[in-house]
Amino acid sequence: MHKSEIIKILVPAGALGIPYDRAALNAGLLEKPDLIAIDGGSTDSGPFYLGTGTSKYSRRATKADWAELMEARAKAKVPLLIGSAGTCGADAAVDWMLDLTLEIAKERGEHLKIATLKSGQDQQRILQALERGTITPLDHAPIITAEVIRETTNIVALAGIEQIQAALNTGADIIIAGRTTDTALIAALPIARGCHKGAAWHGAKIAECGALATTNPNSGVVLMRIDDQGFVITPMADDAAATPYTVSAHMLYENANPYILYEPGGYLDVEAAQYQALDEKSVRVKGSVWHDTAPYRVKLEGARCAGFQTVSLVMVRDQHYCQHIDDWVAALEQSYHHKALKNDLSDVSLELRVIGKNATLGTLEHHRHDAVEFGVMAIFTSQDQTRSQEAAKLLNPDLLHLPLTPHEPMPTFAFPFSPPEMNKGAIYEFCLNHVMAINDPMDGFTLEITES
Amino acid sequence: MALGQDVKKIRSKNAGPFWLTIDIFCHDDQNFQDIQRRLDSTAVARLFQTDLDQVLRFDIASLQVIKFSLPRPHIQGTRADTDMHGASFAALLEELDI
Repeated sequence: MHKSEIIKILVPAGALGIPYDRAALNAGLLEKPDLIAIDGGSTDSGPFYLGTGTSKYSRRATKADWAELMEARAKAKVPLLIGSAGTCGADAAVDWMLDLTLEIAKERGEHLKIATLKSGQDQQRILQALERGTITPLDHAPIITAEVIRETTNIVALAGIEQIQAALNTGADIIIAGRTTDTALIAALPIARGCHKGAAWHGAKIAECGALATTNPNSGVVLMRIDDQGFVITPMADDAAATPYTVSAHMLYENANPYILYEPGGYLDVEAAQYQALDEKSVRVKGSVWHDTAPYRVKLEGARCAGFQTVSLVMVRDQHYCQHIDDWVAALEQSYHHKALKNDLSDVSLELRVIGKNATLGTLEHHRHDAVEFGVMAIFTSQDQTRSQEAAKLLNPDLLHLPLTPHEPMPTFAFPFSPPEMNKGAIYEFCLNHVMAINDPMDGFTLEITES
Repeated sequence: MALGQDVKKIRSKNAGPFWLTIDIFCHDDQNFQDIQRRLDSTAVARLFQTDLDQVLRFDIASLQVIKFSLPRPHIQGTRADTDMHGASFAALLEELDI
């Protein structure tokens, strides 16, 4: 292998949609980066986005932020890369992002070559892989069957560096990738140019959250320099610094194991990494090790519809009822089950959460306080939105008026709005925590070029 | 004394939809060694009503951090889940008497 050059990657923020320091972005452009790379999502906002193939951010806010990065790309004259586009990285979210990009290009009068890398997996292919036994569960994975796969609305495979390198090799000005690992976005180019693999992956993990690994997380912009031995991270904002502590502590973040990071094609081990302050704001890191593993595996994410919900909310301020809130909730449950049975709605399940008591931690809550008020949130779930709403309407009179005992005067609690029930629509759940072995890294990924 | 009053910061966060990870940041080496000695993993397992063998523990002297990772009480976003991002679980450790 030839001695590598130093590859510089400018990361504007931890994700598209998170605020960053504009002056710092301009400072970053002066460093002549080889690539501008930003993450567009993760599973962290929940299963709804993958379930529906939609973004959690508003279209107009995303467009405004993306237009600024497209302008930065035009100034720097280097490729702009986004991964996990539209929060979930499903194919529909990639199309949404492409649509935005074409709209901005038209408004700016730019002629661009745009590559899209899609990670959406065909259900039939996944069913075949399940049958062949090439899909393996990770720790604490839910059990999957052919039926579960058929129920998914979206399955994506997380692209690694190989698929992103293929996209970079098209010579596109802008690359919109579906679901990728957060790190592969940053590691792909330096590894293609012969940089140290351990350094590239470790540097990528440190930079993928933008300036979170520095003293000023909100400033966003970091420059990652990767060479044949290690990497150097430098935040671009005047008031931000990377220190050996902020950089090494970042491996803790959202990682079950702070030393090992599994990626397509292998894993990174940072246990022996050494962190050295270069100046008042840059840190150099060496000693991280990449291990290749075979066969080549990609992680799968999938979401399926888990029913339709209606939610009612009532506020309880009466001190007598606050003091007996558990008894009141038990009475509500009893009344609901009786009414649901009588009205042929027993398929609609009810969960009552007492806000002010344990709605956040559930059965793990160990505090017991006297509260001035409680909110009681009634969550109705069934396979049909109309039935969930019907069930909510059955319980609403009780939420308003149910007495603790038949002998006391009829109470009236506080509905914060009319109607007190809200249809929440479909709810989704993650149903895959598995890896799939593939022969060629491009199997199941689609690379396309669009000219604006 | 509550653990949260004795250390710099306690943070909890999803590590993907299936895992929860909790980082306890200590003030300095002495504080780290003291907490390391006093904080029993079985107490943490008990807080989460789970078995000790479900709880991974990393004592990271270079960062003065004690990290616990465990399967989420409920998979993120399922009907029974009460905290989408898993950040509130830190309160359980902050209030743990050690």
